[in-house]
Amino acid sequence: MGRTLDISLADAELRSALDEGRPRVETTSLVVENMQCGACMSSIEGALRNVPGVLDARANLSARRVAVTFHPEKAQSQALIDALSGAGFHAAETPETAASQSEARADDLLRRLGVAGFAAANVMLLSVSVWAGEASDMDRAAASLFHWLSALIAMPAIAYAAQPFFRSAGGALGSGRLNMDVPISLGIILATGMSLFQTIRGTSHVYFDAAIMLTFFLLIGRYLDEQVRLRARGAAENLIGLKALTAMVIGADGTATRVPARTLVPGMRIHVAAGERIPVDGRILDGLTDIDASLITGETLPAAGAPGSNVHAGTLNLTRAITVEATATDDSTLLAEIARLMQSAEQGRGQYVRLADRASRLYAPAVHVLGAATLLGWMMVGAGWEVALTNAVAVLIITCPCALALAVPAVQVAATSRLFGKGVIVKAADGLERLSEVDTVVFDKTGTLTRGEPALRNGAEIDDDVLMAAASLAISSRHPYSRAVVKAARDRGLDIIPAESVTEVAGSGLSAQTSNGERRLGSAAWVSEGTSSAGAPGSLFYGDGTAAPVAFHFDDIVRDDATEVVAALRAQGYTVHLLSGDRPQAVAAAAQEAGIAYWSGGVRPDGKIAMLERLKAEGHRVLMVGDGLNDAPALAAAHASLSPSSAADISQTAADAVFQGQQLAPILEALKVARASQRMAVQNFGIALAYNVVSVPLAMAGHVTPLIAALAMSLSSIAVTANALRLRRRKLALEPAIGGGQS
Amino acid sequence: MTALAWLIPCALVLGLVGLVAFLWALNSGQFQDLEGAGWRAIQDDEDAPSTAPDNR
Repeated sequence: MGRTLDISLADAELRSALDEGRPRVETTSLVVENMQCGACMSSIEGALRNVPGVLDARANLSARRVAVTFHPEKAQSQALIDALSGAGFHAAETPETAASQSEARADDLLRRLGVAGFAAANVMLLSVSVWAGEASDMDRAAASLFHWLSALIAMPAIAYAAQPFFRSAGGALGSGRLNMDVPISLGIILATGMSLFQTIRGTSHVYFDAAIMLTFFLLIGRYLDEQVRLRARGAAENLIGLKALTAMVIGADGTATRVPARTLVPGMRIHVAAGERIPVDGRILDGLTDIDASLITGETLPAAGAPGSNVHAGTLNLTRAITVEATATDDSTLLAEIARLMQSAEQGRGQYVRLADRASRLYAPAVHVLGAATLLGWMMVGAGWEVALTNAVAVLIITCPCALALAVPAVQVAATSRLFGKGVIVKAADGLERLSEVDTVVFDKTGTLTRGEPALRNGAEIDDDVLMAAASLAISSRHPYSRAVVKAARDRGLDIIPAESVTEVAGSGLSAQTSNGERRLGSAAWVSEGTSSAGAPGSLFYGDGTAAPVAFHFDDIVRDDATEVVAALRAQGYTVHLLSGDRPQAVAAAAQEAGIAYWSGGVRPDGKIAMLERLKAEGHRVLMVGDGLNDAPALAAAHASLSPSSAADISQTAADAVFQGQQLAPILEALKVARASQRMAVQNFGIALAYNVVSVPLAMAGHVTPLIAALAMSLSSIAVTANALRLRRRKLALEPAIGGGQS
Repeated sequence: MTALAWLIPCALVLGLVGLVAFLWALNSGQFQDLEGAGWRAIQDDEDAPSTAPDNR
């Protein structure tokens, strides 16, 4: 079934074009956020199959996705999403990506792994017989037969299974570089060729078992690496897919249809209800409202929107339904500026060299020098070229970085799966390594350090009956301050009775007519004088025309554990900064509450980059934690970056890792695991080297038999993998920051 | 020694059967959802005719 469901859209269309007789069939992939158990799968598949026009639906629990095959004339993907939401599932279309390509690559590696595993098992079966035969009475003819059989199994298997290494080595050599795959390929090819030669001559120096085992172990490392990346990428795409917006488009005849936002084109008229995100850059045609741009600019105070004013995609429409005309994204829009800044920031980061590559730059030449030295040494002491070559090949096999190639992938798998369990999705392949090197943490304020939603600050000064009356007005509004008032009233256990006929005046506030006169909740000027004007930032007033208006002050409060997380970071020597696009007073208040000493407010996206550049010039390595669109360039420019899953999708794409939930603690966990995994990778290199220190002199002296080569290789690989697996369960403490001032 | 003449081909054929089974499973997408496959096994198939007696 997998085959038929996996055919791409283009494939399906092509097939139907060729075959006009049959109705057209499309396959699409939907992300389902809350597919968490086995029972969900059958409900999801059942709900989809009941949609007219759907031929088949197949849920994938590991990927949290469902593949749907349907007739596009009878069903639309929006109908599928609506059917799922009717069944209680939050779904969205999967963004178009290269995921299927890397899935195919992982499948290809698994296929080669299967072939190598089959060959390794059979060759080992024959080899163990030969080794046992050395100790008893096996005759030369039988040993030779077994060697020939090994050759017949191992050579085709190696030719097929080891291709990824050969290709990578060829690519590196072609561009004049050395990578880990060069000594690997050389070792495999020489060991195979040498063994074939010795088999023909009938001697006992046959290393087919070592060569095929090496291929098998290395493929395991390669497959694990690919699998981790695939899983992280899939999870990150799901997050972005679920945030994808839909838009209510008003047609020429006035009818409204819901379509995915990415299909919008300039000139379309879009209806945006109160509480919805605006799906496009555009101009308001009709309606007065307040617009929350905190995800874009970091500014927590909503701005007024009136006909003719420009709105940005991703901002939130708060008060009233509006009609927006989509405009072309020209170079002057905020998004274009962000994209330009991000591009230059990514170029500035340059090429980061991973630990494994740094190790192989030293290791690969050393292996080649040792092999050549062995060959020359034996030639010089007068042994024949055959003995000399046999020993040189033994050195190459022994030094073949099997444990070295497993060392980092095994640690990466253990570390990323541990973080995955804690809600941190590491996306960048080298993200953990860069995270382990930071000494400075820069936070964005709105939505990152804070929750991104205001809360009532002076609740203690407000009487229950005033709060209750204010909440009865506020409950009919989606404005963040209104929600905060309602939440404060609920927290006190007050009953909220919605007031009747509440009207919302954009930019001013709420009013309701009662028998005792008009009650108002809104800006100071509006409540006290009855004229519409802008209010003081961060406050609302409630008045019922009798007593003096009561003030409600609001703050964007910091996340629950922000203070502890900042304290833990500072205790271990990390420097913590707060960098925000919001008003300086609000930034100062948040910095004080979280215990951050260095802060700046009113910073534009290019200002954030400038700040990061300054820190970098001072020798710091910066971890940027941010969520807004205005943080995206800084996330790309920083040494490492994290972003909450509530972030703008462009920021999530730019960040190395995404963390989920309402807490900041995953940042600490990510730093802990990154440092531990880095230490463990170094330990693993140590194990691999230690075994080389013992066995390479033996090999150079010509004492390495095929048995020793095969044993040493397996044991070191198992030791390295077992060491990495310790990372999954161990309790970790945050380690002190690497001393600042180094470059 | 003559036992080898059939034991070794036997071992190889058995190994090959395993390899072919693995490749078949891989090509038919059985490794694509390792979590879900476990759950499907213990679920009642909705397409199957209902065997639960209603009048008990």
